[in-house]
Amino acid sequence: MESNHMKLIFDSVSANEGFARVAVAAFMTQLNPTVEEVADVKTAVSEAVTNCIIHGYGGKVSSIEIRCEISGRELIVDVCDSGVGIEDVRAAMEPLFTTKPELERSGMGFAFMEAFMDELQVTSEPNQGTTVHMKKKIGAGMQWED
Amino acid sequence: MEYELLNGRLTVRVPRELDDHSAKELKEEIDRKLEEQWIRTLIFDFSDTGFMDSSGIGMILGRYKKVSYGGGKVEAIHLNERIRQMMRLSGLCQVIRLEKGGARKDGK
Repeated sequence: MESNHMKLIFDSVSANEGFARVAVAAFMTQLNPTVEEVADVKTAVSEAVTNCIIHGYGGKVSSIEIRCEISGRELIVDVCDSGVGIEDVRAAMEPLFTTKPELERSGMGFAFMEAFMDELQVTSEPNQGTTVHMKKKIGAGMQWED
Repeated sequence: MEYELLNGRLTVRVPRELDDHSAKELKEEIDRKLEEQWIRTLIFDFSDTGFMDSSGIGMILGRYKKVSYGGGKVEAIHLNERIRQMMRLSGLCQVIRLEKGGARKDGK
């Protein structure tokens, strides 16, 4: 697999959390991932999409965009919203940090994205939106014959 | 929601996928039960569950706060390795009791 791209745009409603992670999981099957790798990506996508719905749009229905790219053996996933944005990205990424404890948010979203993906970058502008950029090498643990 | 109440022990069967979407519903149903009667032990049974994200952690932690306020305990059983790992990473395993590994036979 040299390269491949896909883009998804969907409403920011919680019923789409399952749809989004399954769609990305289906797209990555062409990389022959292990069950473990698929589960890692599904968790990370679910966290990012939930953030858009709860924090980015605060429950208001708007659009979430996911852009995926396969480049060699690497999967790149961008999850974008045009919601309220994050004032202090570094603080938001601290484990257990949450602005919505009343909604019983655990503050573990970014920590899980970080734990299950190889790379995580968050860019955000207040009132412009947030983009979560993630990368993962698929088949990293596999051994290949030359 | 499937649940079983026996001698102050409430066992809740967690759905196949525990995310923000399904956590909201589960939370309401458990809270209704907690209001109806005093629960000594709340048990989350993950036998059917293949997927959980941080919304599940938040929901369980919220129920822990309620149950422990009344002196009760929370346990989690039949966890797969990934869910166990997430409970460790979040520190949830420090307040709720996890069943020892190797209990699931389906390999999920």
